[in-house]
Amino acid sequence: MRNTAMNMVHKLAARDERVLYIGSDPGAGTLRAMSKEFPKRHLIEGISEAHIIGMSAGLAMEGFVPYVNTIATFLTRRCYEQVAVDLCLHNLPVRLIANGGGLVYAPLGPTHQAIEDIAIMRALPNMTVICPCDADEAARMMEQTLDWKGPIYIRLGKGGDAVVSKAEHGFEIGKAILMRPQGDVLMVTTGIMLQRAIAAADLLAAQGIRAGILHMHTVKPLDTAALLQAIRGTRLVATLEEHVPSGGLGSAVAEALIDKLGSGFPAMLRLSLPDRFMHNYGSQDSLLKKHGLSAGAIATSIEHALAASRTSSPQLHST
Amino acid sequence: MIQISPHAEAALTCTLDERSLYLRRLVLGSVRSAGRGHVGPALSLIEMVRVLYDDVLRIDPKNPRDPDRDRAILSKGHGCLALYALLADRGFFPLSELDGFCGSDSILGGHPEYGMVPGVEASTGALGHGLSIGVGLALAARMRERGYRTFVLLGDGEINEGSVWEAAMGAAKHGLDNLVAMIDYNKLQSYGPTDYVLPLEPLADKWRSFGFAVQELNGHDVGALRTVLKQVPAVPGKPTAIICHTVKGKGLPAAESNADWHHKNKLTDSELDAIRVAVGDF
Repeated sequence: MRNTAMNMVHKLAARDERVLYIGSDPGAGTLRAMSKEFPKRHLIEGISEAHIIGMSAGLAMEGFVPYVNTIATFLTRRCYEQVAVDLCLHNLPVRLIANGGGLVYAPLGPTHQAIEDIAIMRALPNMTVICPCDADEAARMMEQTLDWKGPIYIRLGKGGDAVVSKAEHGFEIGKAILMRPQGDVLMVTTGIMLQRAIAAADLLAAQGIRAGILHMHTVKPLDTAALLQAIRGTRLVATLEEHVPSGGLGSAVAEALIDKLGSGFPAMLRLSLPDRFMHNYGSQDSLLKKHGLSAGAIATSIEHALAASRTSSPQLHST
Repeated sequence: MIQISPHAEAALTCTLDERSLYLRRLVLGSVRSAGRGHVGPALSLIEMVRVLYDDVLRIDPKNPRDPDRDRAILSKGHGCLALYALLADRGFFPLSELDGFCGSDSILGGHPEYGMVPGVEASTGALGHGLSIGVGLALAARMRERGYRTFVLLGDGEINEGSVWEAAMGAAKHGLDNLVAMIDYNKLQSYGPTDYVLPLEPLADKWRSFGFAVQELNGHDVGALRTVLKQVPAVPGKPTAIICHTVKGKGLPAAESNADWHHKNKLTDSELDAIRVAVGDF
């Protein structure tokens, strides 16, 4: 996914002279081909994220479309005020390509694990937040970033994630994709949780439980219309995210349901990381598994929640 | 023992001409109307802004978005009353707007906002942002082969922020000789003396070591400001830093070098009388 997104920057740069790549201190050879073809538009500016965001704002004020790239935690926590003031307040078309969203950097510990990035980026007015699920979707997504008006935060996965998105679904910023039609439960996913949702849906199907999947690649603006459509007839909405419970996809979905419906919507189950920093290493997969986000654990949680909703939540939304 | 710069001594003793007094009347009129405002930070800045807008910037108030205009960013956004006075006086917006300062429907807030105030290039107020934005503007000029120049006005307290020094390294890396950083060195930040809060000296050496061509002057000396600003870049291939030794609250004896006048709420009758004595009726 990361290589694809990077290569798309090069491709977009070839097509449009407004496109810049701005890295802080990325891995050796990052976008080497672009650096040779467009040396003036391939900028490596040092481990100075606060400055880089401000500088990107200045470049965007003059008509450039900078794609700023570094590790997700440094692109969010380190320079939050610059992102808020320089990018969002001015509503400038700077794209933040965040490597290692979620627990990609599990072995490197909590300084490198972006577990609250969706929440803090989503909180900012004018910011768009996108979490593609695989390399193919990342490529389709990047095509759409060129002319989007304001700033975009792009949360990338590790790379090598199973390709589950489909070309026929296309990609439009802010438009969710219904991967599986609604059933007893609707799973709402973002980023690489889609792969786990698909596997969980297969496990649930074996138990005779029909599971729909709505892939919310854009967490902000949230596709509320698609959400309301997809929950029709379901008994449970389960949100899946590689993120703390506060402020991420689950919060966004809950807010949308409350704001649009007020009451009478299906029971909700928010599956996420716990509200704490990770003090285990291992791998992204092992940490997700540890926190109940393996396909099996997701399926089990949904089974339990469905059973609970059957006994305690008779009123279902049926618009 | 820190050596007192002769420019700092000159800043303390130099007199102000009628235009500088007039601009102070505009600033203090806004404070009187609003019942609030950053007085000291604006008064130290007036001559820097005045010379920029009167004599240096290639700007057209009737066409504030002219792509070829010089860019100026007030990175110490809390000094905005000085900027507003100049912009109004130069015709970017009516002088009457100054009376609405901080009002609910005013375009003029306690910090300047891009898109709200004609002539304001960037929203500032949070410190340590302007120089990085200026680096972006200057780099864009280089890449687009445009002749505009970028001036960034920084406070001395502001340059406590590490992001300023990140930006300084970036400016030097790119050899941005179309970028000028002007430091309002009034030596007094919100809490107290810069030497107490976070010592900056040797300040000129710092900027020099970060790759800037450095000039120092009395920041209330209109002639010196004109001379230096008309000769930028001071060294081809290098960004310029102009350390402007100033006096916080300059021109108002009660406010001069007085941290209590950093931000002022309602002016009392006796304070208004003292202002009239110092800068004339307003």
